[in-house]
Amino acid sequence: MSRSAIKIRHSLLALAVSASTLSISAQAEELRLLTWGGYAPQEVIDQFEKETGIEVKVTKSNNEDMISKLRATRGAGYDLVQPSQDRITGAQKEYRIYKPIDLSKLKSDRFIASMLDATKKNTSVNGKVYGVPHIWGTSGLIANSDQQNLSFNDLCSDDYKGKVSYRLKRPTLIGFAFAMGEDPFAAYNDQKKYAEILGRVEQKLIQCKSNVKAYWSGGDALINLLRSGEVTLAMGWDAGGWKLHKETGKINFVAPKSGALGWIDTFALPAKGKNDEAAYKWINFVMQPEIAAKITDSAGNFTASVGAENYVNKALSNSYKISYNQTSLDNIKWYPPVPAGLEQLEGKTLDRIKAAQ
Amino acid sequence: MLKLTGKNLSFYLLLMPLLLTLGLLIVLPQLDMLGVSLRERISYGEYKFSFLHYTEFFTEPLYWNTFLRTAVMSIMATLLTLLIAFPIAWYIAKVAQGKNKKLLFLACLIPFWVSELVRTYGWMILLRESGIISGFLQWSGLSSGPVELLYNDITVMTGLIYASMLFMVVPLVSTLEGMDDSLVEAAYDLGASTFTVIRSIILPYAMPGVISGCIVVFMLTLGNYLTPTLLGGKHSLWFTEQIFTQFITRFNWEQGAAFGVLLLTLSSLLVWTGLKLSGQSFKQAVAS
Repeated sequence: MSRSAIKIRHSLLALAVSASTLSISAQAEELRLLTWGGYAPQEVIDQFEKETGIEVKVTKSNNEDMISKLRATRGAGYDLVQPSQDRITGAQKEYRIYKPIDLSKLKSDRFIASMLDATKKNTSVNGKVYGVPHIWGTSGLIANSDQQNLSFNDLCSDDYKGKVSYRLKRPTLIGFAFAMGEDPFAAYNDQKKYAEILGRVEQKLIQCKSNVKAYWSGGDALINLLRSGEVTLAMGWDAGGWKLHKETGKINFVAPKSGALGWIDTFALPAKGKNDEAAYKWINFVMQPEIAAKITDSAGNFTASVGAENYVNKALSNSYKISYNQTSLDNIKWYPPVPAGLEQLEGKTLDRIKAAQ
Repeated sequence: MLKLTGKNLSFYLLLMPLLLTLGLLIVLPQLDMLGVSLRERISYGEYKFSFLHYTEFFTEPLYWNTFLRTAVMSIMATLLTLLIAFPIAWYIAKVAQGKNKKLLFLACLIPFWVSELVRTYGWMILLRESGIISGFLQWSGLSSGPVELLYNDITVMTGLIYASMLFMVVPLVSTLEGMDDSLVEAAYDLGASTFTVIRSIILPYAMPGVISGCIVVFMLTLGNYLTPTLLGGKHSLWFTEQIFTQFITRFNWEQGAAFGVLLLTLSSLLVWTGLKLSGQSFKQAVAS
């Protein structure tokens, strides 16, 4: 290689190095958010960026995927995540993927007090709080009929043969257990009893597998199946049902007789998150009632923000009123934290149901 | 002691990228996987050495059956692909001339410009109950109600064959192109029937191509995830799906890793058996 060529190469290298350092220093502050579809609408992101100058990078995910992603990196790669409140303590004890939340940095008066307290209690490990509530909702039935008096057992009835869909995941097992008159949550700490309940649910689900059109895996897939009329009764999230009600006027979410299953999605800080300050800023920002209402419009679910209901659009609150009355609201079964070992049992049950012909 | 100077050094330096890629991206992760598969969780974050996850595979009929089903369906898909691809490859290599040849080859290639996910969704749009084929059947009066063509084994098989067609056609065309036409002519001149010509002239000649095509298609099918999951629906049950579930939805990395190692071992064993049975060597297949 000639000397001039080496020189050129050196200066190129220097240029490349300086360019890369430049790009680092010029890069704006950013918040990497791992969340559910609809929880961070573009409008809200834009407003946040304008007010704080922090760029928000959103990755859409679900409970299992969030834990798996953080487990693989030991809690790195994101600055803020939104797992459900019952899935935090187990994952934290097992993989240490979160760091405690500094509650003094949050404007706690923006949270509905009862919900904040319940979430704090359910996400505590060794006296430290790992999650604060953001969005809550329920799983129940989505029906293409005016029938209001439905139970999870109807998913196995001949009236809906070949027109049924549900997820092959733990909420389905728990929903069916309640419909069969069991209380799986009470058996959470008694593995033997829990295994017994799972056995009965397994039998039932295998027996009526022929009723199922397809197991859905994402909310959009389910909405498609219902909208096309290929499925007329499904187990699903309230938000999906209300979205379809707005569109069709007929399909709607129904709280099943044994009670809908209630979940709360939280804010949690990954153990190796790089920008906690931005995370706290984002939490405080989205808990403002006007912003929270915007998120409700996009996600279809209500938030833990005080006063947000005043800003939520009418169509959604109407669908909500058809689905729920005071009795069915009081009957919601809220998920307690999942103890270790249960998910192994459930996993095998689900595998066997999937494999049954 | 090896002296790293001049030519020698540049040879090793040039070899480095390959060695690094193989070592860091293939060998090392596999070894780590093996390590993970050989431990058992005792309590929060505590593990001990054990074969539990391997015995689990052999004692739980569910996992066994899933593997068998995957293997049998993959073998069937491979054979069917071969059966369909052979005449196509013959036509492209021997019958079609000039521009036509290139056009036909391009026709085989074009579907692969689109990602597998999109192609699979294409099939779903065609086959679903409210889909195009079902709609056509009702419109033409061939069927009185909607027809569900998705979510069964035949659909999965169709999807798998479609997805692997190209990988069979390419090696077949390249081996068949090298064959001297006069061999076939001579066989006919000596009074051989078409069947005999295919059996004792063309097939033996094309064997290396057949074998390498079959290995690629079998491995691709066995390791396919999207097609069986999306087209199979509630009856899909594919071994790779099982691995995915163990890793992602069950957080059971140990079991998933054990399945991964088993899949690698068992599928290598199957390929080896196939080579032995057909009397071919791996070297020949790779060389084609």
